Amino acid sequence: MVSISGQAVYMLWLREMKRTWRAKSRMIGALVMPLFFLVFMGSGFRRATLPGMPEGVDYITFLIPGAIGMSLLFSSMFGGLQVLWDKEFGFLKEIMVTPVSRLSIVLGRMAGGSTISLLQGFMILLLSTFFGFRIHSLSGLLTAVVFMFLIAFTFIGLGLSFASRMKDMHGFQLVMNFVVFPIFFLSGALYPVQGLPVWLKPFVYLDPLTYGVDGLRAGLLGTSVHPPLLDFAVLATICAGMVTLGSILFETSDVGQ
Amino acid sequence: MHILEVENLTKTFKKVTAVDHVSFQVPEGELFGLLGPNGAGKTTTMRMLTTLLKPDSGSASVAGFDVIQSRNEVRAGIGMVFQEPALDRQLTGRENLDFHGRMYGMKKDLRKLRIREVLDLVELSDRANDLVETYSGGMQRRLEIARGLMHFPKVLFLDEPTLGLDAQTRRKIWEYIRRMNLEHRTTMILTTHYMEEADGLCGRVGIMDKGRIVALDTPKNLKDLIGADVVTLEMESGDGDIYRGLAFVKDVVKHGNRLSLMVENGERKIPLLIAHAAKHGIEVLSVELHKPSLEDVFLRFTGATLRDREAGDSEKRKMHPPMARRR
Ligand SMILES: Nc1ncnc2c1ncn2[C@@H]1O[C@H](COP(=O)(O)OP(=O)(O)OP(=O)(O)O)[C@@H](O)[C@H]1O
Ligand SMILES: [Mg+2]
Repeated sequence: MVSISGQAVYMLWLREMKRTWRAKSRMIGALVMPLFFLVFMGSGFRRATLPGMPEGVDYITFLIPGAIGMSLLFSSMFGGLQVLWDKEFGFLKEIMVTPVSRLSIVLGRMAGGSTISLLQGFMILLLSTFFGFRIHSLSGLLTAVVFMFLIAFTFIGLGLSFASRMKDMHGFQLVMNFVVFPIFFLSGALYPVQGLPVWLKPFVYLDPLTYGVDGLRAGLLGTSVHPPLLDFAVLATICAGMVTLGSILFETSDVGQ
Repeated sequence: MHILEVENLTKTFKKVTAVDHVSFQVPEGELFGLLGPNGAGKTTTMRMLTTLLKPDSGSASVAGFDVIQSRNEVRAGIGMVFQEPALDRQLTGRENLDFHGRMYGMKKDLRKLRIREVLDLVELSDRANDLVETYSGGMQRRLEIARGLMHFPKVLFLDEPTLGLDAQTRRKIWEYIRRMNLEHRTTMILTTHYMEEADGLCGRVGIMDKGRIVALDTPKNLKDLIGADVVTLEMESGDGDIYRGLAFVKDVVKHGNRLSLMVENGERKIPLLIAHAAKHGIEVLSVELHKPSLEDVFLRFTGATLRDREAGDSEKRKMHPPMARRR
């Protein structure tokens, strides 16, 4: 029977909060990219209508759920990959030699990572009101929040999986370039995926963020490509799978020297 | 019943057999040392004993629990001070200790009390609220030792606790280790490649080389194996064979262009030894005499000095193939 130590989960979460608070500039830096996308692309393409864009929605409004998805994707992956930093600085050994169950360690990491990444997501949502964005209903907002949680946990799980199988930080940039960016561009965060060539379509549908961004649009704009319930079902399934995969790979990972 | 039992523990990485059928037992309350040069397999042994690495074969139990089958129970009973730094540098010293205490399920009052006690012990109370990133190397080491002691482990593993520290800090750390060992009867397993450390601190010492324990006993008994003084001669040429016939020479070990001779009353034998070399037409460049140390024990069992091994990249070893052990 695997036990979960509430105190350990809390401690790991608290550590993440303290570290983030002490590196506030990094958190602010992480907000900059999605905001730049909103500001520059949003104003640059203000008048653009792309095939597949919902009727009566201007580009910047279309982009807002995408920017939230982007911020969640990057910060959650980063949160999962934090394990690499702990490995590099030796602190992972200190964590792994304690009698706390590995599941508690994974949960602590997920709690910390998701808090940070959801905070960033909410900040983008808040800031988007400056671009004229208005939330139209409470149920829509709640729908969006559900999708934000799912996106966060999915990508922390994915980040954790990669981190558990990587020896050191050298692979970090590779993961960013060959995993995170394609996930971002294929998800429809920036443009309707209808415009993509047919051979890319399978990848679009394999991309968890596709369902995440679509779900966010359903909640925030009231329009989506798939029925929101379908988005939810697919993403929730992927999320459960990723969290499980991340936990298993982490538990069996090499702690390093 | 021993608190630590190690039976034929073995671990191979690709080509190197880092730990090769190592067996030993440690009774409760002992301060046990593993002495060996770089790459001897000390850290790998510790990683297996602390559940961080699965052995290829063999078994070990710590505080009554098997390190493979009952990892959580083993973890609950041990403390570990790693060779490499393992602190969160973005937290303060106190926060690092608090993290540790909570991970070991210590209640709030006990945690507070112990944090104060161990900070006092390692004299870091006045820096406790500073970020670890601002600590010197020695202070970080002291904090790690404090942390290892904090939760009253039954067995505390210390991997090269004084590596790279100045003499004064090193002596302080020895003192903490001794005190913890005496006051709480904490069993301590420490690794080192400083022979003075093994000699002065440990009740018993296992000498490790190339993954094996080549000798294991109290420092005194180990040195008594040499049983005499050690005269080291540096010579232009020649080998130990010329001294083989002399009755008063108990043992000869050749290493590089030096010979170590084990003799009683060394200071009186030096003239005889030099004269003997001259008789064979060999010039002695320098002479050194000392009482036996663990270094000599290492030399006797491995045919190399600890220093040779430390410097010994594979390349160097090829140039001077290890001398066969004499006798
Ligand atoms: N993760 C690893 N992968 C491959 N080889 C390893 C690994 N860990 C250790 N080794 C090898 O195993 C051998 C023993 O290493 P170990 O770290 O146990 O030595 P040590 O006695 O602790 O040395 P030191 O005094 O330098 O700390 C070395 O040859 C080392 O290169
Ligand atoms: Mg080592």
